[in-house]
Parts: sequence; structure tokens; C-alpha cells
Amino acid sequence: MSRIITLRDALREAMTEEMRKDANIFLMGEEVAQYDGAYKVSKGMLDEFGPNRVIDTPIAELGFAGIGVGAAMNGLRPIVEFMTWNFAVLAFDQIVNNAAKTVSQSGGEFRCPIVFRGPSGSAGQLAQQHSQTFESWLGNCPGLKVISCVDPYDSKGLLKSAIIDDDPVCFMESEVCYGDKGDVPEGEYYIPIGKAAVKREGSDITLVSYNKMMKVAQHAADELAKEGISAEVIDLRTIRPLDYQTLVNSVKKTNRMVVIDESWPMYGVSAEIAYEMQKYAFDYLDAPILRVNSMDTSLPYSAPYVDAYLPSVHRVVAAAKQVLYVH
Amino acid sequence: MAEISTLEAKSKSAKQGKYSKETYLGWYETMLRIRRFEERTLLAYSQQKIRGFCHVYIGQEAIAAGMASALTPQDGVVTGYRQHGIAITRGISSRSAMAELFGKVTGCVKGKGGSMHFFSAEHKFFGGNGIVGAQIPIGTGIAFAEKYKGTTNLCVTMFGDGAARQGALFEAFNMAMTWKIPVLYIVENNKYAMGTSVERTSNVHQLSKIGLAFDMPSESVDGMSPETVHEAIERAAKHIRAGNGPYFLEINTYRYKGHSVSDPGKYRSKEELENYQDQDPVKMTEKKILTNKIATEAEIEAIKAKIEAEMDDAVQFAEESPLPTADLLFEANYVQEDYPFMMD
Ligand SMILES: Cc1ncc(C[n+]2csc(CCOP(=O)(O)OP(=O)(O)O)c2C)c(N)n1
Ligand SMILES: [Mg+2]
Repeated sequence: MSRIITLRDALREAMTEEMRKDANIFLMGEEVAQYDGAYKVSKGMLDEFGPNRVIDTPIAELGFAGIGVGAAMNGLRPIVEFMTWNFAVLAFDQIVNNAAKTVSQSGGEFRCPIVFRGPSGSAGQLAQQHSQTFESWLGNCPGLKVISCVDPYDSKGLLKSAIIDDDPVCFMESEVCYGDKGDVPEGEYYIPIGKAAVKREGSDITLVSYNKMMKVAQHAADELAKEGISAEVIDLRTIRPLDYQTLVNSVKKTNRMVVIDESWPMYGVSAEIAYEMQKYAFDYLDAPILRVNSMDTSLPYSAPYVDAYLPSVHRVVAAAKQVLYVH
Repeated sequence: MAEISTLEAKSKSAKQGKYSKETYLGWYETMLRIRRFEERTLLAYSQQKIRGFCHVYIGQEAIAAGMASALTPQDGVVTGYRQHGIAITRGISSRSAMAELFGKVTGCVKGKGGSMHFFSAEHKFFGGNGIVGAQIPIGTGIAFAEKYKGTTNLCVTMFGDGAARQGALFEAFNMAMTWKIPVLYIVENNKYAMGTSVERTSNVHQLSKIGLAFDMPSESVDGMSPETVHEAIERAAKHIRAGNGPYFLEINTYRYKGHSVSDPGKYRSKEELENYQDQDPVKMTEKKILTNKIATEAEIEAIKAKIEAEMDDAVQFAEESPLPTADLLFEANYVQEDYPFMMD
């Protein structure tokens, strides 16, 4: 039986279901316990699991991320919540230098089964320091797995997979999507890490995106449909490892692609996808792949800056028409 | 040797006439300006004219006021995102501060920073930092530069009780002491970091004790009185300017509103809030001025009217100012004027 629930509820269900089954799983982060989470994702979890398993930390990202890494090396399965990924930058030493490298530098003696999770990306007029996306940053780092999605169904299944995964997983959500609703079946299910999903079938062009930019991609597909253009829309869901096979299959059908990626343009997810496509689907492409990213600047506060900065339906439609050579 | 003095020991300054009439009225005016500015901010936020994260300073005004009278304009200041009151007191006008909150080009940083990021090179106000604790080493570096250049200026580095738990504090404190950097650290202990009380973040509840690990002169002072704050900062500044290195003040205060506009503040009791509102710095200073006949009721009323008019003007200025145009997105990202942005 299916229900309609919010993203925040879906994420909480993923955590609580896994925590009921495995006493080694615990949740730690700023305001996760008594305050029910800054965005209420962990609402009620303190009541159910108690303060030994749902733990409020001081504002000390580097410290509690490192405590998570040590605990994971010694048999526990921490879920570390960052209030947003912007603050996880303080913890990158532990994520990149330790979590990502535990298996390698110990020659497989140790593992680091940990989930680092929280919202990534812009969330309105929050200005430079609170508006960044981290998929490209962490997707660059071997040793990590990186998931970024906002669909409630996908998010629940992927977070459950992340929690039981034996490798470190960076899990990226969206502040502005926690209240979004979607169909989520009753009962447990898992979605495999590393599999993209075709969210809409189409024949003329492939639009690839992830996280909240999926909404822009879907709206753009609606707009294109009005003009008789059939867009296939793919949600990457996992950033690392990258499911380029699903993308190749789509391009074989549509011969054209636009990537919609909230990351900054240089050295990121969109560039990686374009590379994989020219390598594995070169003969099928009828036009260069275009990407629609955030602008190559920091994001300032005022509304006109936000509008100019983010990928928009208008920019995606224009890019799609460009690769379709229609004007 | 470091010392801890409690706030009880510091309340000798209550006698009338200790400071000039101008000083008392100056403190009052500064605090009232911040209080009214923040009330207008909350109103404009409720009207959706201000967006994003917005943290007001109501309850903590005495710190800004006491600081204003104890520093020189050449001293640097850096703080966190709860910064409107400090920024205004350092010289950013109510007009340009309000316009910034409204996201207008006439704002102190052209609508680029909003509530969390005011800056002014002219007034040596170095921000407005949104990453909790980041300003602790930055303020230390600003002070490092003053010493390097051979000035007697210091840098006041302000942060919250929550920020005091960041590792950056420990690294900065250590280097500042080792290198005798002219930095005044002020932790504004308003008892909460979002919904987390000081008691829940550490075994050490008296934050000034943190300085002791570095042999840093450290005190805890009452932050509800501009006089007490002024005296503590004056003491600290004297020590610092004499070349003795850093000083640490824990200033005990309280924020009356939620952490930000979206926080209902359910984690604290009504009684606790009322207890602090009873010691309200604006109210208490007004009372002191009147009961000790430092100034007349008419003079107080004149200040109130002046501030009211200043706020009317600031809001009108903000309302009427233009929004930035989209092309300004590419301005002020690099100093290099023809930087080649990736424009695909
Ligand atoms: C590194 C970092 N972690 C988390 C946050 C989210 N955050 C913003 S303010 C805040 C509480 C800070 O409290 P405190 O230092 O006491 O300052 P106050 O708000 O009381 O002035 C938190 C957790 C942040 N901005 N930066
Ligand atoms: Mg605080």
C-alpha cells in the first residue's frame, strides 16, 4: 500500500527502520535530539531511541565528524547530520583524509561505515556562505560514495542503502524540499546506490539532473512538450559511482543531452557527464552536450542575484533548443 | 597570570556622575537605536521585505554600547551573523544597514550580503561571518596585521557561546597568546546556541575559564549594563595596547527573540526570559538617567523622537532604493576587473 509522505518523513523512516534493526547505528549532530533537528528530520527520534543513540553535539563539525569516523572504525555505524553541507566544510579533513581513506590506508584492515548527511545547495536568499552545492567537491574524492536526491521514495530507499553500506556515504538533501510530498510504499525497501532513474520517457532529448534541480528539469520538459519536443528526464540520484550506462542508453535513443546541475560549472558533475558521453556515446550524439549550471560566482543575497544565478526553466529550454537546432 | 573575576565584583560603577552626561546619553542612544532598528527589521521581515536568515540583537545592546565608548575608530571589529547592532554602532548608517536587509544596491554591501554579512572598510568592520566560529582566527589575523604594521590598534573578535566550542578557538587562542597578538576576544554568552543551552555543550559553563588554558587574562562580566561592559573593555584594551597580547571577556547577556526569525524558542522558559527582560539594558539605563537626574525627561524624549525619525527615514530610504540589476552578479567576485568567468 502506498502513502503520500514528505521528504523529511521519508528520511526519518529510513533512519528509524535501520536503527530498530541494528543497535550499532546512532545519529549525531547539531540540534538533532532535543530540538528534533534544525529541519525536523529527526523529529521524535530522541523519544524512541534515547540520548545514547540520538545525540546533540556542540557546534564542532570537525570534532564530531572525527568522532564518527573513529566510532565507525571501531564497529559502530554512525549517521552524522550536518545542519547543512556548508558547515561540513569544517569537517572535510575527517571526511576526505580519513573516512575516504580508511580502507585504502589500512590495506583493508579497517572499514568506515558512516553516513554523513544534510542539505546541500541554495535555499533562497541565504547569501554566499549558506548556498553552496557539494556534489562536485565530494564526487571528486575516491573512497566516498555520494548520493544526492530529493524524491521522497528514492531518498528513503537510498538512505537505507547508505546506512547499511560498509563504505562511507555522503548523502545530500535539500533544505527547500523537506516538505515536498511523494508516494512512498508501506514497508521496507532499498534502492541500490549507483543507479540513475528515468523519471520521464522521451525521444527527442535527454535532460539529466539531480537533487532539487530535477524540478527545473521536469518543468523544462513540460515546456518543451508544449512545443512538441519530447524530453527524457533522468535523475542521477547517485553522484559517485556514476551510472553512465543509463545515460548512454538514453542518448542512444535521443541523440542529444542537456545536463542541469546546481554546481558551479568548472570541474564538476556536468563536466564529468559530458566527458563520459563523448567517450561512450560519441557516435550517437547529434549535437554537443550543453550544461546549465549555477553561475560561475558566489551567490549574493538580493533576489535579482538569486534569479540570475540559478539554473532556470528558461535557461534549460533555451539550451535544449540549441542542441535541437530549433529557434 | 590569568585571573577570573565574577560579575558581582564588577558592579561598583553604579554611582551617579562617574561618567559624563554625554556618555550616559550616548549609551542610551546607541542602545535605543539598535533596539528600534531591530524592531523595524522584524516588522519588515514579517512583510517579506527582508528574506533569508535574520538574527536580531535585541537584549544584547549594552555590549555594543559599552564597546562604542571604549574603542577608537581605528580598532577593527569582526563578529558573526548576529551583527546588525555592532555594525551600526561601528558607523554603518541605519540607512545603508536597512537598505542592505532589503537587498537594495544602496545597502552597505550593495545587496550582496544581507542580514548576515555587513562590511565596511571605512569603519574597519570586517563582517558579518555566517560560519560559526570562523571569525575567531580571522579576528586574530586582523589584529596580527595591526601588530605587524606597528600600530596600537586592536581587533575586537566577537562570537557566541556556541562558537566557543569550535576547535578554531583553541588554535587561535594559542597562537594569539604565543605571539602576543593585540586581539580582544569577546564571547557574547546569551546562554543559547540555537536551541542548545551552554550547559548542554560542555562541562565548562563559565566560558571565561577557557582562556585559562592559555594563561590568557580572562573575565566574566555583566552584559546588561553598558557601564560594566565599557569598563571591562577599557581594562582589556589598556592591557592589549600596552603590548601584552590578547584578553578574553565573557560578556553575559541574553537574546530576547528566537535564534532567528524562524525559531519559536520553545527550549527556554517564559520566566527565564522575563527575568532578563527585567534587567533590560535600555529600560535600566533610562531609569538610571532619570532617577539620578543625569538628564531630564525632555532630553530622553528628544532622543526617542530622533531615533524614531532616523528609523522612519532608514525604512523609507530602503523602500525607495532600487534593487540591483542581474548583471551586478558578476561584479565584485574578483578584484581583477576582466576576470574571465566560465559563461557557458
Ligand atoms: C560551522 C557552522 N555550523 C553550524 C551553523 C548553523 N548555526 C548558525 S548559528 C548557530 C548557533 C550559534 O550560536 P552562538 O554561537 O551561541 O551565537 P548566537 O546565535 O547565540 O548569537 C548555528 C548552529 C553555522 N552557521 N556554522
Ligand atoms: Mg549564543
